[in-house]
Amino acid sequence: MTRPGPLLTVRGLSVRFLMPGGRRIAAVTDARFEVASGECLALIGESGCGKSVLASALLGLLPANTETAGSARLGDLDLLTAGERTLARTVRGRRIGLIPQSPAAHLTPLRTVRSQLEETLAELTGVRGRAALREAAERAAQRAAFPPDHLDRHPHQLSGGLAQRAATALALAGDPPLLLADEPTTGLDRPLVERTVDELRRHIEADRDRALLMITHDLAAAERIADRVAVMYAGRIVELADAAAFFGTPGPRHPYSRGLLDALPDRAFTPIPGLPPELGDLPAGCAFAPRCPRADTSCTELPPLAGSVACHHPVRPPVPAATPENARA
Amino acid sequence: MLELRSVTAGYDRRAPVVREASLTLAPGQALGLLGPSGCGKSTLARVAALLHRPDAGTLLLDGTPVRRWRHRAPREQRTAFGVVFQQPRLAADPRLRLADLIAEPLRATGRRDQIPGRVTELAEATGLTPDLLTRRPHEVSDGQLQRACLARALVLRPRILVCDEMTAMLDASTTAALVAAVERYRRETGAALLAVGHDRTLLDRWCDRTLHWHEVARSRADAPT
Ligand code: SF4
Repeated sequence: MTRPGPLLTVRGLSVRFLMPGGRRIAAVTDARFEVASGECLALIGESGCGKSVLASALLGLLPANTETAGSARLGDLDLLTAGERTLARTVRGRRIGLIPQSPAAHLTPLRTVRSQLEETLAELTGVRGRAALREAAERAAQRAAFPPDHLDRHPHQLSGGLAQRAATALALAGDPPLLLADEPTTGLDRPLVERTVDELRRHIEADRDRALLMITHDLAAAERIADRVAVMYAGRIVELADAAAFFGTPGPRHPYSRGLLDALPDRAFTPIPGLPPELGDLPAGCAFAPRCPRADTSCTELPPLAGSVACHHPVRPPVPAATPENARA
Repeated sequence: MLELRSVTAGYDRRAPVVREASLTLAPGQALGLLGPSGCGKSTLARVAALLHRPDAGTLLLDGTPVRRWRHRAPREQRTAFGVVFQQPRLAADPRLRLADLIAEPLRATGRRDQIPGRVTELAEATGLTPDLLTRRPHEVSDGQLQRACLARALVLRPRILVCDEMTAMLDASTTAALVAAVERYRRETGAALLAVGHDRTLLDRWCDRTLHWHEVARSRADAPT
């Protein structure tokens, strides 16, 4: 048997919003990445960089005025060309479980967590019958560390952390191989952020056939959970890196990634100067140039994602395959 | 100097969210107040900024007891404070262009002549480009809107700045930029800061001193876990 390929393969994914008056917003441009089973990829970047649009594209949840290009293969299915019927019947909940940004808004306000879980389980799994569904709902709650004695509560009666767990239980109900978490820690306290990402991590470790794509602007959360990171700026992925190397030594290679980490309060706490560009009005060359300390005239040309970084002057040269030092070792 | 003594406050007298909270903010001091969400720290921040009348307790502003809150407070007490909240969308009138949003307190206090100069100054201090000033809140990002809310909070040159989870929704770079803008203002004016939040790393880095909620207030018997 051949080794299974990546669970999700994204190639040349672009999303354009067509605005009244003929304006085009380049929300995502030429994204290329993979997510393998058993791993967690964190897609990081500032708000408005296009990362949430990318998530919506994978789930087929983009508004009508959009154009997409490229492909996003989940097994044998291209998510970008699959119709709404296929996505609704076979993908959402079954092959991709969505853990939303504001779980309280995602849960139906007038119904208890139990009834929502039972309904989802009945829809996504073969479980039938009141007693069996009740038991399955309790098991599903337990898997997401949702306390069974809170199952009969309504969403507004839950704390932020418990609402997040209820949403996770729903996302896991159909046992999907890919979990997609869109800013799952927004508005949560630090200890709760840590607990939430640790729990997400456990769902990947408990089942190595499962993978997690987490979209976040929270670098500390990404550091805690990710195996790899993809950094997005102005709609493009500008760096793909191993998480340990990115957050530790030798550190990121793209000047924007450097700037992001340097902004953290436990690092230099220095902001990146300036503001991100408008996605409707991107320059022809590197979109980071106006804010970049390393920019020069060559940066008026768009840097391709060569290897793992899209930059003409990355912070550190790539490690050569064999140097005299490591050849001797 | 701001002193809160045994302040009890909330929205229902039978179940106050803040019980007997006390703290002192010295002139020029940067004090962090750390606590989990829902603990009552935002309510206390509102009391401290004269935006919420407490049920019991005393508040002294430079030694003078505060007797009236909100619009009833005397103007010179009210304008001693600049306040920035967590959610800029809830704190900004959606009809106003950012320039008008920043200028709002000047207009309300009859200082129209200062508007052009102060708006330009503060836009620069908070990193807002001129093209953003003509936009309305729905046309800018959360980070850009929060920059405008900080500019508005500084426009009357407050002596005390209250930042309630100012950066909780923002990315690392915008957080560092807003904190830097606050600190530049404080260096120039000697203003004091009460920064309320849940991120210890951030508050420890930002403030002279960080107090935990349980050092400030009595815990609620029925507090949620
Ligand atoms: S391509 Fe040039 S401007 Fe862009 S990040 Fe690299 S050095 Fe900076």
